[in-house]
Amino acid sequence: MTAPSHRPPTAVWQNDGEGVSLTLTGDWLREGPAVTAAGTAPDRAPSSYHAEALGCHDSTLPAFILAHLRTLKPTLGSQEPPPLDGLPDNLRGLLKLALAVPEEGSPHPDESHGSKLEILGNITLSFWHSCIALVNFMGQTVLSLGRLFKGRARFRRSDFWMTVQQCGVEALPIVSLISFLIGLILAFVGGVQLAHFGASLYVADLVGISMVREMGVVMTAIIMSGRTGAAFAAHIGSMKANEEIDALRTFGFDPFDFLVLPRILALVLMMPLLTVYADLVGILGGMLVGASAGIPPVLYWAETVASLTLTTASLGVMKSVFFGAVIAISGCMQGMQAGNSSAAVGQATTRAVVTAITMVVILDSAFAAIFTLMDI
Amino acid sequence: MAAKITVRDLTMAFGDLVVMHDLNFEIQDKDIFIIMGGSGCGKSTLLRHLIGLREPAKGSILYEGKDFTATDPAARGPFIQRFGVMYQSGALWSSLTLAENIAMPLEEYCKLPAKTVRDLACYKLALVGLSGFEDYYPAQISGGMKKRAGIARAMALDPDILFLDEPSSGLDPLSARRLDDLILALRESQGSTIVIITHELASIFNIANNSVFLDTATHTQGALGNPSELRDHSDNPAVRLFLNRGETPTSSP
Repeated sequence: MTAPSHRPPTAVWQNDGEGVSLTLTGDWLREGPAVTAAGTAPDRAPSSYHAEALGCHDSTLPAFILAHLRTLKPTLGSQEPPPLDGLPDNLRGLLKLALAVPEEGSPHPDESHGSKLEILGNITLSFWHSCIALVNFMGQTVLSLGRLFKGRARFRRSDFWMTVQQCGVEALPIVSLISFLIGLILAFVGGVQLAHFGASLYVADLVGISMVREMGVVMTAIIMSGRTGAAFAAHIGSMKANEEIDALRTFGFDPFDFLVLPRILALVLMMPLLTVYADLVGILGGMLVGASAGIPPVLYWAETVASLTLTTASLGVMKSVFFGAVIAISGCMQGMQAGNSSAAVGQATTRAVVTAITMVVILDSAFAAIFTLMDI
Repeated sequence: MAAKITVRDLTMAFGDLVVMHDLNFEIQDKDIFIIMGGSGCGKSTLLRHLIGLREPAKGSILYEGKDFTATDPAARGPFIQRFGVMYQSGALWSSLTLAENIAMPLEEYCKLPAKTVRDLACYKLALVGLSGFEDYYPAQISGGMKKRAGIARAMALDPDILFLDEPSSGLDPLSARRLDDLILALRESQGSTIVIITHELASIFNIANNSVFLDTATHTQGALGNPSELRDHSDNPAVRLFLNRGETPTSSP
């Protein structure tokens, strides 16, 4: 793009006793050769410039001069702007503008280079604060629920039903796909083993019990964490970034009642339904594998029904209510706590999904332990 | 010699909704050209057409006689690299610091040592009065500062043509004045052509040498010319009203 005939840019500092002068020559262009500086950069501003042999230049030249002037700032002390005599008019104008507003003295707010102990302390403290924030958020949820039962929580009914649709009907395709696949895999893996003992029919028991008690609800919860939990966090997070939540507050709406409550209610309402649906689809998947292995569907179904008790079935559905609450709470919480930039919304979404899945796994383990102790 | 930017029979539309039709104007080299008009008249849409973010429904846009609209969007690189665009809200990349925001195009298009890139970024920020904020993230600074940082980023590559979308709205009077000085200095020192969308009448009369007025009522171009002359001598009453802040103009020719 540029002609190769550019003269190399040079900067020469000279100290002649009275003051420092800076001689600038050559073409100062981004695409041109690098700057060669001669003489040591002085610790005070040049009192004059010699730019007679200066060729064409772009921003690299004022950037170079300014970078030097700014290194002097702390020792300069005086409020007077440094002299710019000898520079071409346009350059002087730009540098005057650049120097017009003094540098803000505040150091970068995020800069903290503490010892390892300090860092460890900060990590522990931030973990502790996030635990407190979680408890705080749960408390607010309970209070908000209380207001709902007293009929004082205000949110738009249409928003609520929209959320119900988004985390209910619209989630059916992905839930179907995953549950069907899980049923299929369970039946296939189990069937191969059971065939060794001539007990192929018991595939129906295996698929039925594992789907209804564990796999159906856990897989649905994980799907909903990634799908709906992330959507809650991103939606509320970007509302926060756009000051929409502040706008709700100034109109006297409680953002908690308005945004968080309908989402939690919707997901808590839909999760059991999705779970029952996932269980059925999973059993259907197992049935398909069974049919291909020679078990008639009617027999398969009869065996499944015989193996399941109401207790087993209700355990899964009961868990789904808790999972739904946990997913909605972590999504909304991360959204409400997001910073006010698009990068922060991304971080909040990631945290929401990770928190939701972790909490689902922890809760499920806790339920497993409790059910074992209770012998059910 | 062909004008820097030529807009010929431009019609802008969203589907069937025509925003403006039959726009015809030229922007000369080193002009400070103002696009003005009432809210919602399509000023920002015109800007988006000029920089190729929207395709015209009809008509063409030429840069120094070369047809920009007829060029395949994938082959518009040589045009676009000469543009510097500042968006209304700054549109800074929120995951980068201010210095990194300016450094990114420099690193992409020039092979420069890291120190030079940093010096350039500091210089551009100093020009808009943001010295010392190099390592701040956009979320940590105020709205007006974001706007100025957006201008600094638009200037990163010393663009030939600088497009500014409402640069001085939301700035305090002193910053707005400094911005006007900056725009004039940029024109003088770098020979940039500057296209500005603005409502600030003080700025308009201070710096503009040419302007186009988009008329919401007729969906056409209401007037073309130097704003100071249009204020007193335009034969379009809507233009006189706009440039006199709604006060009835004293006289018309």
